Amino acid sequence: MSDQPTMSLPITSGLLAVVKDDCETCHMVVPVLAELAAGEQLLAVVSQDRADFPSGFEVLHDRELDVSWRLQTETTPTIYRIEDGEVVDEEPGWLRTGWERVTRIQGLGAKLPAQRPGCGSDTMLPEVHERLMRRHSPHRLSSRRVELGSSEDPVEAAFARGWTDGLPVTPPTEERVARMLEGTSRLPGEVVCVLPPDLVECTVEKVAINAVMAGCLPEYLPVVLAAVKAAATSRFNIHGISATTYFTGPVMVVNGPIRRRIGMNSGINALGPGNRANLTIGRALNLVVRNVGGSRPGGVDRAALGSPGKLSFCFPEDEEASPWESLSVERGFSPDDSAVTLFAGHGPIEIVDQKSRNPESLARTFALQLRMVGHPKLAGMTDAIVVVSPEHARIFREAGWSKNRLRREIHSLLTLPGAELAAGAGGVAEGMPPHVATRGKDFAKYTTEGLWFVHAGGDAGMFSAIISGWIGGAASSQMTTVAIDS
Amino acid sequence: MTALLDPTSERTVQKRQLSPRLPDLGEGTVALLDISKPRGDVFIKRLDELFSERGVSVKHYRKPTFSKPAPLDLRQQIAAECTAVVEALAD
Repeated sequence: MSDQPTMSLPITSGLLAVVKDDCETCHMVVPVLAELAAGEQLLAVVSQDRADFPSGFEVLHDRELDVSWRLQTETTPTIYRIEDGEVVDEEPGWLRTGWERVTRIQGLGAKLPAQRPGCGSDTMLPEVHERLMRRHSPHRLSSRRVELGSSEDPVEAAFARGWTDGLPVTPPTEERVARMLEGTSRLPGEVVCVLPPDLVECTVEKVAINAVMAGCLPEYLPVVLAAVKAAATSRFNIHGISATTYFTGPVMVVNGPIRRRIGMNSGINALGPGNRANLTIGRALNLVVRNVGGSRPGGVDRAALGSPGKLSFCFPEDEEASPWESLSVERGFSPDDSAVTLFAGHGPIEIVDQKSRNPESLARTFALQLRMVGHPKLAGMTDAIVVVSPEHARIFREAGWSKNRLRREIHSLLTLPGAELAAGAGGVAEGMPPHVATRGKDFAKYTTEGLWFVHAGGDAGMFSAIISGWIGGAASSQMTTVAIDS
Repeated sequence: MTALLDPTSERTVQKRQLSPRLPDLGEGTVALLDISKPRGDVFIKRLDELFSERGVSVKHYRKPTFSKPAPLDLRQQIAAECTAVVEALAD
């Protein structure tokens, strides 16, 4: 978020030098300033830290650093040429030729070395930078300020107000939220979506506040914004996912260049702990759904047991080592696009197979485990993602099996006779409606849009994973992929 | 003093009174809303029998899916046509 300077400068034309006492180069250029002051051009000397430095000059003390902020000064000293109230030329630090260019005077500082680097401007100090950014931002944050008592611990205050998922959060101070908003070019007040279940307008600012609480870095924010947008669609149905008594929560798969840029982990422990981006992005989405959307456990969220993934379940695909096109490419995006895919899911369920060395055998193992998702006697109900690990992927790659070949194979293995699935069959009351037993028909465990493959995991270990879905199809929740605007 | 930015939607929860209980069902029509859960039809059918035995008129409605809120037009139709509603919630 860049700030458009609006305040006017102390002079409308002439030379302006920004200096500070706490800078050796500034002390060194004082004789040059004296040369300039004796010349015909108007010279304004702006000091960041002391009203009496440099002595012998009429100094403008930039106590609040507003002038330096307006100039976007990064280094002291910096000499500026101002015309019609705007900077037309500048030279940071001391470089004789640069100062000669700006001042249009030759032979400046004859006794000084030809150049010397300057010091960092006080406006660049982190806490000062944020204070100034806030004060000068044309897009002030509009959320309610919750003032804490002097002895109140901000982390405990967040718990007390019901803002957390049960884990401590990073307190969302204005400074942190302002810094988070630097992760996007979108304005704080921009509405991202109308978010269920409360159907409230969710702004970029609210997403940023919750991203701070989740522990995100600013560069993660575009992923969180895309995920929130996807969650709010009728297709994904976050209301139903929140309200169901089932285990499900939003699972996020991130594809495209942004995965690497923000340091997500698709390798060892891709579904587990250890990576800030994976964990905090997933957590941020759930905090937004909780705090902005209004879904809280025991309130709208009626899960009988829930699952740990409802805290955070987010990982990137290992596209580089995959034998297949990525999930987002399969879903219509270009490999150069960054995209996030939301899936209503939970788990994982393990797939152990350390003995298969051909795809036919491994596909049978996949099918055996995939049959138990939801219930072995229910078909066409749940969706699933199989996270295929490198050692299993290798077997499909070496045999030249495409994703669709694998999908067809599993479809064939998991097309099940109605007699086996019917309620009561096998001495188990659960199952499909009783009439399926009498029609002599077979039923597919997964619909054509219900089974997905994603490549991730560490190099060693012949273990893949199933992420079980909720009820699939247009009546419930469908996998939803949206582009990440960076 | 530390100030935190409110992460919530900052909505004030509006408390609404329950509608007054109907003195009887004689004049009105009762909506029987099947939310499309398995066996909801069994429950609705039995309710229909019990209401009918007592001379209460009923109308049947069905949500397209139990996993999403009832569409607005369905809610409006029920409100316009009926004085009470019984919703078959679960399996």
